[in-house]
Amino acid sequence: MKISRAEVEHVAKLARLSLTEDQYAVFTPQINNILEYIEKLNELDTANVPPTSHAIPLSNAFREDEVKPSIGLDLTLANAPEKEGSTFVVPRVI
Amino acid sequence: MELYSHTIHEAHEMLKKREISAVELTKSVCDRIDRVENKINAYVTMNKEEALVSAEAANQRYKDGTAGPLTGIPLGIKDVICTKGLRTTCSSKILGNYIPPYDAMVMTKLREAGAVIVGKTNMDEFAMGSSTEPVWTGPTRNPWSLEHISGGSSGGSAAAVAADECLGALGSDTGGSIRQPAAHCGVAGLKPTYGRVSRYGLVAYGSSLDQIGPITKDVTDLAIIMNSISGYDPQDSTSVPREVPDYTTALTHGLKGIKIGLPKEYFISGIDPEVMAAVKNGVTELEKLGAEVLDVSLPHTEYVVAVYYVIAPAEASSNLARYDGVKYGFREKSPANLMDMYYQTRTNGFGPEVIRRIIMGTYVLSAGYYDAYYKKASQVRTLIRQDFEEAFKVCDVLVTPVAPTPAFKIGQMTDDPLQMYLSDIFTLSANMAGIPGMSVPCGFSSAGLPIGMQLMAGHFKEETLLKVGFNFESATGFHKQKPARQ
Repeated sequence: MKISRAEVEHVAKLARLSLTEDQYAVFTPQINNILEYIEKLNELDTANVPPTSHAIPLSNAFREDEVKPSIGLDLTLANAPEKEGSTFVVPRVI
Repeated sequence: MELYSHTIHEAHEMLKKREISAVELTKSVCDRIDRVENKINAYVTMNKEEALVSAEAANQRYKDGTAGPLTGIPLGIKDVICTKGLRTTCSSKILGNYIPPYDAMVMTKLREAGAVIVGKTNMDEFAMGSSTEPVWTGPTRNPWSLEHISGGSSGGSAAAVAADECLGALGSDTGGSIRQPAAHCGVAGLKPTYGRVSRYGLVAYGSSLDQIGPITKDVTDLAIIMNSISGYDPQDSTSVPREVPDYTTALTHGLKGIKIGLPKEYFISGIDPEVMAAVKNGVTELEKLGAEVLDVSLPHTEYVVAVYYVIAPAEASSNLARYDGVKYGFREKSPANLMDMYYQTRTNGFGPEVIRRIIMGTYVLSAGYYDAYYKKASQVRTLIRQDFEEAFKVCDVLVTPVAPTPAFKIGQMTDDPLQMYLSDIFTLSANMAGIPGMSVPCGFSSAGLPIGMQLMAGHFKEETLLKVGFNFESATGFHKQKPARQ
């Protein structure tokens, strides 16, 4: 086993997901299968290979730091699940 | 011939000559949607009223003489592309009520061009998948056979084009999501070079891989949409400042001087024999048209799936962290506290494939595993990219199958994610290397399902792909076949 049921639970928690027992029973072996398949990468010696994070060579993309119009308060709040005045409302934190 | 069955360039000619009006064309497409959509399920959200308003405006532009090739043309837009004022869900419950306050750059460009947006097309949830079987919006069915998948993740766009529910569509491609559904639905699809088309307003999945592109009834239409959507956009720092050619000028006859490479790793046992035969016949056809064919090797092909399923979920887990129920989208009702709101919203808002990839991605990026997985995969990605650089020293275009089989049946793969991932083997590498890839119809299986041929070229060589694809379809005519009348 590459990853245990407890580790899947830990990772799910990091991602703010709370799965049911049934979901753990399905996901744990599936994720193990995938991780075992990924082991294949260790067949290759990549000690001297630089990583690719981006396929097209571009260096820093600079632009002028100009003030431009924004979408405004009403549109910003238009999709809010809950709002009050000019704020997003969430459950009490403290 | 019904108006809805025309290509974009045919319809534009008729509009220009005033043989038809843009309103008639849009109405014809809307009637077609009313007739077949309950069988296909290509759309998540319809936009018929606004479409008719745009069509009226398009009529005016034809009168004014300010109309261009996309003015008055009814298009479908994959539901991962933000459309101002028009619901954009990514086929996910978590964005089920999201109305973007802004347009994606491609939408700004299409609206300026006068295109008519008929609706938002169905997809795998957040573009994660190869079959367009999202839990929340249900599967899109293949117009050639309703028990089969349309492919994915841009299955709604490909099926809508194949079923004449629009004249052309936009999709997005992170690992084959334009090319594979185009192949399965018997239409043309182009994933441009990474950076060719702005990703501003494209809901992010794997940001180093994602690219928007067209799905259409023929190659000429691909070129027409590319002319409109391509170009540098300062709002996407990965878009490339480089001039956009007129892609339609690449559509000239004759392939003399074009070198076609056949990567031996893409013609392997395990490929459906009918797919193999159709692609090989396609290669013979290209040879007859004057192209020179040679064997090449992409030696790291066997690692492509493993690299992809580290990098894409890693980027996805980071990108999808934003769905927390605070500022937009779905929020689970009556949580006990803020943390509980995050948990409930995310757990109940995402479907199973998205949850699987978030867990995978979070795991490979978590403390202690980064070097073993993400860094390792990024290094192997370099080797894959270098394979292509070597191959393009000796050839102009690589020809391969798009998928190892024709479309599989709905529900067939949903329990075995690894099996589903392996079916992406021929399309993932283009995203990894950032090169353009295209799918053109090259035949049919004995069961009557379309088969696609993939063409890949070096960075920014879209014109070469369009030229080869144009010559191929002109000679073979597979793209002119339509599914039996629904």
